[in-house]
Amino acid sequence: MKILVCISNVPDTTTRIRFTGSKKLDTAGIQWVINPWDELSLTRALELKDANPGLVESVTVAHVGPVSSEPTIRKALAIGADSAIRVNSDAHDAYFVAAQLAEVVKADNFDLILCGIESSDFNGSTVGGMLAEFLQYPSVSAVSGINIENGNLSLTREIDGGKELLSLAVPFVAIVQKGIAKEPRIAAMRGIMMARSKPIKLVEPVMTEPLTEIVSYEMPPEKEACRFIDADKPGELIDILQNVEKVI
Amino acid sequence: MSVLVYTENWEGKFKKLSYELVSYAAAMAEMLNTSLTALSIGEVDSAELESLGRFGASKIVSIENEKLKNLDNQAYTAVIADMAKKLGARVIILANNNTGKAVAPRLSVKLKAGVGAGVSRLPSSLEPFTVYKRVYSGNAYAHIVIKTEVRILTLAQNSFDIAEGDNKPEIEKLSYDLDPALVKTEVRDVNKQSGKLLLTDAEIVVSGGRGMRSPDNWAPIVELADLLGGATACSRPVSDEGWRPHEEHTGQTGKIIAPDLYIAVGISGATQHIAGVSASKCIVAINTDKDAPVFDVAKYGMVGDAMKVLPGLIEAVKNVKSA
Repeated sequence: MKILVCISNVPDTTTRIRFTGSKKLDTAGIQWVINPWDELSLTRALELKDANPGLVESVTVAHVGPVSSEPTIRKALAIGADSAIRVNSDAHDAYFVAAQLAEVVKADNFDLILCGIESSDFNGSTVGGMLAEFLQYPSVSAVSGINIENGNLSLTREIDGGKELLSLAVPFVAIVQKGIAKEPRIAAMRGIMMARSKPIKLVEPVMTEPLTEIVSYEMPPEKEACRFIDADKPGELIDILQNVEKVI
Repeated sequence: MSVLVYTENWEGKFKKLSYELVSYAAAMAEMLNTSLTALSIGEVDSAELESLGRFGASKIVSIENEKLKNLDNQAYTAVIADMAKKLGARVIILANNNTGKAVAPRLSVKLKAGVGAGVSRLPSSLEPFTVYKRVYSGNAYAHIVIKTEVRILTLAQNSFDIAEGDNKPEIEKLSYDLDPALVKTEVRDVNKQSGKLLLTDAEIVVSGGRGMRSPDNWAPIVELADLLGGATACSRPVSDEGWRPHEEHTGQTGKIIAPDLYIAVGISGATQHIAGVSASKCIVAINTDKDAPVFDVAKYGMVGDAMKVLPGLIEAVKNVKSA
């Protein structure tokens, strides 16, 4: 079984987001990282490979982005991915990215494809599902567990108020959320050294017309300063919540 | 031409989220000068279906099929796409919840229709079709143009006011001939707690952080939430430590919620946590450190030790509830 983990390159979640004009992200001082959910997917893929050495042949990461994302791809290799594929293009929109990833999957016949449920930049939650539809593969969303039992895959899916246990045959796309792995795996020195010699395959994009376009950004509305209430006067706070805010 | 909204049900019932969704879709239909059809999949009785009319759906289509009992992304996509084509839907609206996130992107590729994911307002313009949504986990917002003729929108929860009227909708119960080969996922087991208020549905949420110091100190958080008819939540370190279950983790990688009232107790307010709660209507923070970042997003704050402040708050709530 060949596993593909799709990764997105995003600003570190503690980065202060600013724009140059209204259309362009100001990249000065931004630390770029693997999208947190993709990092968890990669961790789980590597755990599955470690636990099922005969069954899981390889873990590959795929990314759609320009050459400037290579440090993030190297990081994925340092964490333990065997190889990487980079589609050499800006990520115009989710539809464009999914169309590129579909070509990557078709070219190498990956069996299990993992996508994070959303990326922390555009918060769209769409690439994984789009990819599955392009491929006409089944997809399962909100996956918080993937296990291999007797050579078969089982998935845990989060539903309102509980969980479901699902089984299905590869190939399919699992769209994963928190819980899939306990903590993201961290690259060790040996991994960092080895990553230098691991291959990043470069692929040119296929022609795809994006369906959406971001026309402008704006900052969240300015918030009024917090109104402090004396901790010895809980009645005052409750009165405000009841009679001014009308929320209780 | 029309607007189509997919209204999910939970054991045969709709909830506030469904009515918010239909209200939004009805406003969308009005903007486009067309009618709204709501699609329901699963066993829902006529009275419940009719309730969607009050929020502006002129027609309700209800499909019951044993094969659609559990969510299968491919099968649900096929059903909704067929309905959209039949109606000539120009806008298809779903909730931005697990089901909407599972189906909307597949629908996008199937119909070659652009998605506005997690929109929080009506479009600011129809030509070009421009939607508004949060990006960078709430650190910014974006205006996005959807360039296709059919558009798919998923609506961020608690972002649109419910508008109730007294319309009587037309109800059509449709038998749907589903290709059984489409259903490839098999649900082997379900582990579900019924009757418990879900965190994502709660209008009031009381949340505890590491400032609570020990899992043994949670009783006042639970008591306050119960008194207010709300749900409990926690920050990431708390769920990572196993003090509280993972389902309670709110924040960027956990649950994203937008209740009317969010009370953060002993939570410093790391950006990742704020990303999960910033859309709440009113945030109250209680923390020992007056410089904690949580006070930058809170509307009201109290500086003090949670274990000392909470009993007073509980008492004050009891007083107003009994008055």
